Amino acid sequence: MTETSQSTENGRKPHGGSLMTLSKRTARRNAAEKRFQIYGIAAIAVGLLMLIILVSTIVSRGVGAYSQTFVTLQVELLESKLDKSGTRDLEKIKKVSTFGYAPLIKNAFSVKLEELGIQSELSAKEQAAILSKSAPAQLRDYVIANPDKIGETIEFRFLANGRVDGYMKGRVSRESIANDKSINAEQLDFVDILVVNDVIEKTFNLDFITGADASDQRPEAAGMGVSMIGSLFMMLVVLALALPIGVAASIYLEEFAPQNWLTDVIEVNISNLAAVPSIVFGILGLAVFINYMHLPTSAPLVGGLVLTLMTLPTIIISTRASLKSVPPSIRDAALGVGASKMQAVFHHVLPLAAPGILTGTIIGLAQALGETAPLLLIGMVGFIASNAPDSLASGLMSPNSAMPAQIYEWAKRADPAFYERAWGGIIILLVFLITMNTVAVILRRRFERRW
Amino acid sequence: MNDMTLLERDVDTKNIKIAANNVQVYYGDTHAIKDVNVQIEDKTVTAFIGPSGCGKSTFLRCLNRMNDTIDICRVEGDILLDGEDIYDPKVDPVQLRAKVGMVFQKPNPFPKSIYDNIAYGPRIHGLARNKAELDDIVEKSLRRGAIWDEVKDRLDAPGTGLSGGQQQRLCIARAVATEPEVLLMDEPCSALDPIATAQVEELIDELRQNYSVVIVTHSMQQAARVSQKTAFFHLGNLVEFGETGHIFTNPEDPRTESYITGRIG
Repeated sequence: MTETSQSTENGRKPHGGSLMTLSKRTARRNAAEKRFQIYGIAAIAVGLLMLIILVSTIVSRGVGAYSQTFVTLQVELLESKLDKSGTRDLEKIKKVSTFGYAPLIKNAFSVKLEELGIQSELSAKEQAAILSKSAPAQLRDYVIANPDKIGETIEFRFLANGRVDGYMKGRVSRESIANDKSINAEQLDFVDILVVNDVIEKTFNLDFITGADASDQRPEAAGMGVSMIGSLFMMLVVLALALPIGVAASIYLEEFAPQNWLTDVIEVNISNLAAVPSIVFGILGLAVFINYMHLPTSAPLVGGLVLTLMTLPTIIISTRASLKSVPPSIRDAALGVGASKMQAVFHHVLPLAAPGILTGTIIGLAQALGETAPLLLIGMVGFIASNAPDSLASGLMSPNSAMPAQIYEWAKRADPAFYERAWGGIIILLVFLITMNTVAVILRRRFERRW
Repeated sequence: MNDMTLLERDVDTKNIKIAANNVQVYYGDTHAIKDVNVQIEDKTVTAFIGPSGCGKSTFLRCLNRMNDTIDICRVEGDILLDGEDIYDPKVDPVQLRAKVGMVFQKPNPFPKSIYDNIAYGPRIHGLARNKAELDDIVEKSLRRGAIWDEVKDRLDAPGTGLSGGQQQRLCIARAVATEPEVLLMDEPCSALDPIATAQVEELIDELRQNYSVVIVTHSMQQAARVSQKTAFFHLGNLVEFGETGHIFTNPEDPRTESYITGRIG
């Protein structure tokens, strides 16, 4: 003000000068605006760059887990080794342990080499070592399932050893195995020969997506499947508990509860709960569900309960926000024609708020799906889930792992083959999260109403 | 506006539909309505006029207990509908609102089909035993709302897709569908253009045959055009209440005169 009045006193107009020339003040303002835009663009560019680095790292490191090296061999199921009595008595066949099957594999190798006319200086044991340690077990499972095949020659696809698989993918080289006792350079030469003769091939590995975790010795056999089922059961628990409880709580708070200090306190606490670190919920779950209520450790039911606690505030907050966004005129209209409060809410407000509620729920679920810390405390990490559950009850109550916990578990194991699987697992997890978020966006777009 | 026709406009029945005695309304500590006494007659259009914030809408919303939804609002005094106190603890406001329908300032159709907008009230009050009866009610209500001819071919279209004036007539039809005895209208034309306003005003005059209508309006011309009785509110007081013609031509209170001549408000 003073500036303007002074300049008027001096006899100058406050906005003197031609419109065609840029005043100093305007030039400064324009420059400031320009600068701000540049900062903004730079910030977005940094963000995009990080995203690109993140995605490309994950994909480049994880994609290896989706292909696997297999060795194809014709194995003669010798009756003399597997069923000496010749009675095909399943009980007797089961008595032959995996050690009994190992010679069959060695035989198969020598037959194969003879057929191809290859001379190898490796011992039969060293030759067989390029296969996964699970190969005899695979053979045994097959024989027990099909005892009538004993005596025949059957073609099998065996998993290659993790080192061989790494060699095929370029992770393992002759230099890197210098101090490695489990494989030597001659074996790699042997692999090279077999590759040329189409005995060893690298193909897509469905087992990684559907299979179970495997022990430390057999990274090549480990898969995400069972932990995915664990996650699925946890999500079922979260959905079945958090959605009805959360929606009921928010409807009551938003539409029915009197406005007083008690509801204010509840409101503030719900907002605070949303910011509580998830590990706190984990230790709460450990104390209440496992130590006090004696629910089984590592069970998806417990994991689901803990994640429910964690997801509830998110669902309540988003549900209340979407209830609030329904215009009051709709409530008035319903009350005005003589609907009760509850009819107004359930017939008119809730259907309009539903897309928002669903979106919030899906986002909450996605959050819960990726949560690892609380699972550490209730023992869902470190348990190797080797069998898929066979019923709903066992799915909920029997020990299992979850996707992020499985990834954590692999990442901390020593063998670099597991490290690759951890990245591969992250790809699956991300695909799930992106799918859920996309569904949330589509729901919001599809059902959003304007009034 | 012809003063003579206003004066001659007859009021055929003298039955008191709603009687308010010494009504006080408080919003928290604010005394919003002070000691209002008013008699609303059956089959009559009663207009509430007054400057913004004078309490006319608040008082209107007391008549079907819509103020119950506001926590801090407190009503004292008696409001009798056909001699029964509507604030009696035994009265369920839901039952009351079926008898006293309401039309709001902004057209607020449900985001559903035109048919469902009308059918909602009859459905929740069990007024129709079957689909045919419900169809009848919907048609009758839309005819009473003077909108049947415009929407009869598209009853399944969303109510929110109609024009503003059509939406408001739809809302009136919706209010009529529950067979109320009194219709409260809170500035029903304030969001409408002049042509839509004229249609709604015509409709209000027709509704007078069957209902007692109470209308809050900012427009004095509108009050003069549609009402037989007018109440002038100022700062929470009922300043003057009487025949519309009388209020507009020969107001007794100087405040009323100032308002209708445009000096306050």
